[in-house]
Parts: sequence; C-alpha cells; structure tokens
Amino acid sequence: MMKITGYADKMSVAPGETIKFMVNSEAGKRYRADIVRVICGDENPDGPGYQEKLVKTAANGSYKSRKQVIHAGSFVEIGASDMLDGLESFTMQAFIWPTTPEIGTQAIISKWRDRDKAGAALIITKENGSIALCLGNGKGKIQTINTGKPLIAREWYFVAASYDAKTKTVTLVQEPLHGYETRNDRATVRRKSTVGRVPNHDAPLTMASYFKAVDKGRTVCGGHYNGKIDSPRVADRALSAIEMQSLKTWPVATELGNSVIGAWDFSADIKGIKINDLSANLLHGEIVNLPARAMTGWNWTGEEMNWNHAPDQYGAIHFHDDDIYDAGWEVDFELTIPKGLKSGVYAARLRSGEDEDHIPFAVRAPRGKPTAKVLYLMPSASYQAYANEHMNTDSPIGQLMAGRLVQLDKFNLFINEHREYGGSCYDSHSDGSGVCYSSRLRPILNMRPKHRAWIGATGSTLWQFNADTHITDWLEAMNIDYDVITDEDLHYEGLSAIEDYSVVVSSSHPEYHSVEMWDAMDAYQRRGGRLMYLGANGWYWRIQYHSEVPGVIEVRRNEDGIRTWEARTGEYYHSFSGEYGGLWRRNGRAPQKILGVGFTAQGFDISSYYVRNPDSYKAKVKFIFEGIGKDEKIGDFGLIGGGAAGLELDRADRLLGTPPDAYVVASSVEHTDIYLVVCEEMLVSTPGTGGHENPLVRADITFHETQNGGAVWSTGSIAWAGSLAHNNYRNNVSRMTKNVLKRFINPKPF
Amino acid sequence: MPNEVESRAIEEFRETPIGHHSTELQVILNELRGQPMKDKYCLISIKANREWQLAMTSGVRGKPVKMLNKKFTNLKEAEWYVFKKRWKQLRGETLR
Repeated sequence: MMKITGYADKMSVAPGETIKFMVNSEAGKRYRADIVRVICGDENPDGPGYQEKLVKTAANGSYKSRKQVIHAGSFVEIGASDMLDGLESFTMQAFIWPTTPEIGTQAIISKWRDRDKAGAALIITKENGSIALCLGNGKGKIQTINTGKPLIAREWYFVAASYDAKTKTVTLVQEPLHGYETRNDRATVRRKSTVGRVPNHDAPLTMASYFKAVDKGRTVCGGHYNGKIDSPRVADRALSAIEMQSLKTWPVATELGNSVIGAWDFSADIKGIKINDLSANLLHGEIVNLPARAMTGWNWTGEEMNWNHAPDQYGAIHFHDDDIYDAGWEVDFELTIPKGLKSGVYAARLRSGEDEDHIPFAVRAPRGKPTAKVLYLMPSASYQAYANEHMNTDSPIGQLMAGRLVQLDKFNLFINEHREYGGSCYDSHSDGSGVCYSSRLRPILNMRPKHRAWIGATGSTLWQFNADTHITDWLEAMNIDYDVITDEDLHYEGLSAIEDYSVVVSSSHPEYHSVEMWDAMDAYQRRGGRLMYLGANGWYWRIQYHSEVPGVIEVRRNEDGIRTWEARTGEYYHSFSGEYGGLWRRNGRAPQKILGVGFTAQGFDISSYYVRNPDSYKAKVKFIFEGIGKDEKIGDFGLIGGGAAGLELDRADRLLGTPPDAYVVASSVEHTDIYLVVCEEMLVSTPGTGGHENPLVRADITFHETQNGGAVWSTGSIAWAGSLAHNNYRNNVSRMTKNVLKRFINPKPF
Repeated sequence: MPNEVESRAIEEFRETPIGHHSTELQVILNELRGQPMKDKYCLISIKANREWQLAMTSGVRGKPVKMLNKKFTNLKEAEWYVFKKRWKQLRGETLR
C-alpha cells in the first residue's frame, strides 16, 4: 500500500512562478523530493522503457514526513452567531430527499458540539432510518427521539423537530410528499425530553453533517448525510404545525418571521459557494467540499428543465458523504521554476525507501514567449474527469468492456481503500448518484507515470496521462522542440495561449472541453493554426470550471453518449455556469466539426490497423504518405493492444460536421466484437453493432484545410500513440506522424 | 460435461483468450466475465508486463482486494486459469 502521496496547487506553471506541493508521508521519518522531466512513463520492457530526467532545482532535497489526511463529505457551514448560540427553544425543519436512510446516523440540521456531546441535531437515526431529534446535555447524557417510521430512499419528505425548553417537549414531524398505500411513513411524535438543560455553545450550525472539530483550519464533521436538502429553516421557539407549514415557503407573515433565525435559500447563488439566508439575520454560510447544486427541489414540477428559468424549483443541494473539493493539506515544499527551464511535462518525485509517488505538472514557456513552433496541449481537464477512477473495483462491466481480466496496480489498490480521496466523473458516489464535479486539489493517483490502467488494452495497458507520455517520448526521440500548456491554461487564456504556435499536438484522449477551450481552438484553426489530433473521443463532453474557486470542473452526463451514470432529468444544466451540459454533439458542435472525425465506437481488448483509402493518393495529401507503401498495413503493431487503431475510435461524417472537402485517407479494419458502436449512433436498438459487422466500427484518418492556411490532421484512435516507438521509432505510424508534423511546421499553404 | 458447441468454444478460448472470438465463445465470456464484483477475479500487476498476481475484488467500497497465492508470468495462462475457476463455479464442471 502506498505510504506517500501528494498534489500540487497548480497543474501548470511558467518560469519565475512558484508551485506548491502538499505531501502525505507515512513512509519513514523523511522522504526525498526531486524534480524530474517525464519523458516516457511506460515501464513495459517491450517498449522504449521508463524515462525521466532528474532536474537540479532548489526544491530537491530531504523533507520531514508527516501524515496529512483528507476529510471528505460535503456540508453547509453557518458560522457561530449570537442568534444561533443563544437558542434555548427551537424548531429545525427542511425538505429532504434521502438516498441512504438505512446506513446510520446522518445529520440534516445540526447545532452540535461533538467534543462534549452538547446541543441539538435533526437527524436520520441509525436505529431505524427515521427522522429523529438528538439532544445532548454536554455532561454525557444524550437522548434521541425518533418517529420509528423508516424513510423511503429517494422520496421527498417534509421533516421538522421542535423543542420547548420550558416544557421539555420534543415534537417531530415526518411528512411524505407522496404517499404509498402500502407504506406508513407519516408521523407526528410528541415526547418529553429527559436530558435536562441543553447547553448553549458556539460550534457552527451545520447542514448535512454535525460539527466535530477544527483540524488545521478545516472544519471536520461527522454524520454526513447522503441526499438532497431544500429550504432548511431554524426558528427560536417550538412552532405549531401550522407555523411549520407556513415556513416551508418564503416570505412569511411578520409574527412568524420574527421567530425565524434562519431561512436558507439554496436556489440563490447556485454558481457560487455561498449559502444565502433570506431572514433579517443574514446568517449566510458556505458549502464545503462542493455538494451538487442546481438540483431539482421538492417543488420541481417537471415543466421546466433549465434552472436559470425557474431557480425557485432548484432549491435543493445534493450532499454526499464522499464529496471532496480541496484536501486542504499544508504545504511541504515549493518550487520556483528556474528561468530557462525547458517547457515540458515534469513531476515532483517523492521517495522514501521503496515508496514512491510522482506529482505531475506542466512547465510552460515564459509567458508570451514561445520557445518552439510546436505546442503539446496537455489535457488537464480530461485528467481531472478521470481523476481516481474506480471502475475496475466498482463496476462489473469492466471485464466485459476490456474483454479480459482487468489489471490493477498499487495506485488502484490505494484509491480503492481510500475513498476519501474522492472519485472521478466516471464514478458514482456511495449513494449511487453520479460524480459531477472533479477537483485537482487532491492526489490524483491515476495521473501518474508508471500507472497502468485496466482500460488501456493488452500490452502496456495505459490510459490518459501515462499513455500520453508515448507522445512526449516520441517528440523527444524525434528531437522536436515543443512547449506545453494545459487545458486549464487554454480555458482561462483563450486563443492567446496557442496563437503563436504553428502546430498544436493533442494528447491521445482529449475528451473534455469548456466552451472557452472550444472557441479558442476553433479560432486558432480559422486563423491558420494547425492541429494534429493524435487520439480519439476528443472534444466530446462539455465541461465548465467553477467561477469562484480554482481547479474544479463540472460534467453533466445528460441524455446521450457513453455514460457510466446518468444525470437526473431536470439536472442537465451546469451549476457552475448555467450552461446546458452533456455532449458537445448535443450542443450543436459534434467533434467532426472541429476535428474532422468524432467518436464512433469503443472496445478495450486488442487494437487493429488501418488500410489506405483512395483519398490518400490525391496530390494534396501526398505528403502524409511519403515513404509509406501503397499496400502497407498502417500500425499493425504497437504497445497499446498491438495496433495503432484501438480503444476508442473516431470516424468522419459529413452530416455531423466533417468539412465537405475533407480527405479520409485511411480507415481501420478488423476490430473485435468487443468494439461496439457508441449509443448516440443508435436511434433504434439493432443487432450487429460489433466490430465484425458494423461499418461504423472504424477509425478514420482525415485531413482538412481550414481558413488562412490552417489544417487539421486526425488519427481517430486512442491507441495511435502506442505505436510510435515500435522498431526504435522506425515504422509507418511514426513516419506518417512526422511527415505531417514537418509539413505543418512549414507555413506554406496546402 | 460441456456440450459439443461449448467444447469447441473452450478450445477456442484456450488458443485465443483475448481477441477475435466466435459468437458461441463470446456468449460464454459475457456470462463469465460479467459476474458481480464480489469475489471477482482480477490481476495485480507485480512486474510491468511480466508478472501478475491473482486477486479478487471485494464488491464492497473501500474493502481491500483479496490477494491470492497464485502468480503468473503469462497472461494467457492467467486467463485460462480463471476461465476454469469460473466454469467450475457457474457450471459445476471441472475443465482440464
């Protein structure tokens, strides 16, 4: 099991700028940190072999080990205030849509101090999964009064608990919004409390958890709740049943309003992290660990799908006990990028005895001063979307898709056991709902050199970051100068991040793009820029970055496309931006429009090869095949599945946007039946969607010109890069890639 | 014992456990490889592309993968070993 892990505060940094590294080390008293340039992360002895170059920097050295932990689980925190701290009698109420009422204590609204078990909390009780009020006198006596009627998962309830300090009377309300003839889950319970005086304290009011402690500035909670909460309220006396009903909505009559301590509206500031109190007390708060916002609320009618149009129906937040945004670790060391350090993919290598981890990052060229004609676009958004993906331990479809036994490595084993490190946008939360946010402010243990992925076909079995080192390895082996930027740079800087480069080289699987990134690439091409798309399933999902906090993306898996979970109906619009999410294809921008090709099929067992099409003999594209014979199989070799055409495949399609005069110069053949046509191509389920039979199961290599001398060359296969190094880089995949790169560097129009 | 169609598919698997398969074999593999995650066989990479250890996933989030006392230096052997185990489990028959 890994004993050393870490992350950085940035994924991209320029000379003169500083990057900070946060490390958890339980591996001996000290560990060694060194900066390395990552050339090839593939340890497969049948390939070029693992290559990294030590870089001497001031950050290299020995550091003291310390344990740093992640506190996962999202909640709302309302800071201490006299109004809350002085409460004697009270009412707590909310609408809830619990997803796991059966798993144990989960706090809905809590004014609780766990240190001495003092205060009160409206909870779902572990005893029977019903609504309860927990009271603690701070002297060891705790009383939990519950309704005794288990909640049904994924149903809306109105729930309330009141406490009259004078009469010691507790009233509980559990009111299903939809009744079932065969279930009795409605309850009103009135009981006397026996705990004595419930003391005041200054611990924060929390929702979806109860307060435990502060750890190095981070609020740590327990009793994390899974599910939605809508319209939470706190009043300073035990309200009557009619008053509770009135307080469900806002505003309320003056007399009742005077008793309201807080009435929080989760539909306000959905894009942000603030929680808005509608009451005159202005007890605003914040969300912690990014629970899902823009979720349909208790009053969602189904008539409106866009939260921007009816925010009042989107007053729910969905909390998860495994949400994580920022691990919040303390900084262990920093690196100021030396002036003159060559742009590239680097990592902080951490070692202690046998334990090792790498924290990758991109070093850019000095800002505004490109040092090469070629730019490698490191797909940081896609790395984030896949961050700490758990399909190999969680999903039974893995071995079917891979067509073989899946392989796990030390990184997989670690994240399987450390769920607090958070999931990827391919995973589901512990309650089964999809992970729609993914942050880079935590160790991402599948974004590592040496990592092997279950999904990466036979052979080297690589995916994403480590698979992409086949591209950097090839660039180095060919002595091609290149700079590197990340998706995040492109998102925030737009066209200016890439416009000075003659050629942009993509990664093997640049799947996730914001509209800012899309527009920048489109503008680059129209102004004469040239893109070499060395992959497949690119420009597929729409994402967005958070507007207030750094390093986190959102994906809504809407309606269509290859999805490992499905966004719930009515929840198709990004909370971060209000944009309609999902496939770019369903946003009017199919990948074919910007790449010439777009996602058509996938399979993860073995790869295949391409054969030349008649287009390849046309004069305009002759340069692509220089030195390649007429009947040569292209890429019938390679480290990823044994061929250059494999894993995910893209094809040209005029109707989806492939430019009218694009050249389809080669197409792959002979894929197995593990390869299946993607679901967005199937309006009607029909037999024969496998590689043996279906003509849509193929990768196309295309070339098209764009305005002002620009061009796009696409390989349509994730496995392409795995064939570059074959036979010491002397092969037709390497040859073709180099032919195109050399021609693309040449500014002459086509 | 396996019927005639199954016997041919099993022989085909022994020869080519990963790759192009007949429909008959693919149907069998869909069942064998599609089993739930509880106690499902997988491989742990010990030496890159050279050595693997047999293991089983737990099917429970956070619960460790169970390492088994069986190592392979050849993926074809690993596939056949697990195929036989799964066949025994699902069909009650011992393949040799």
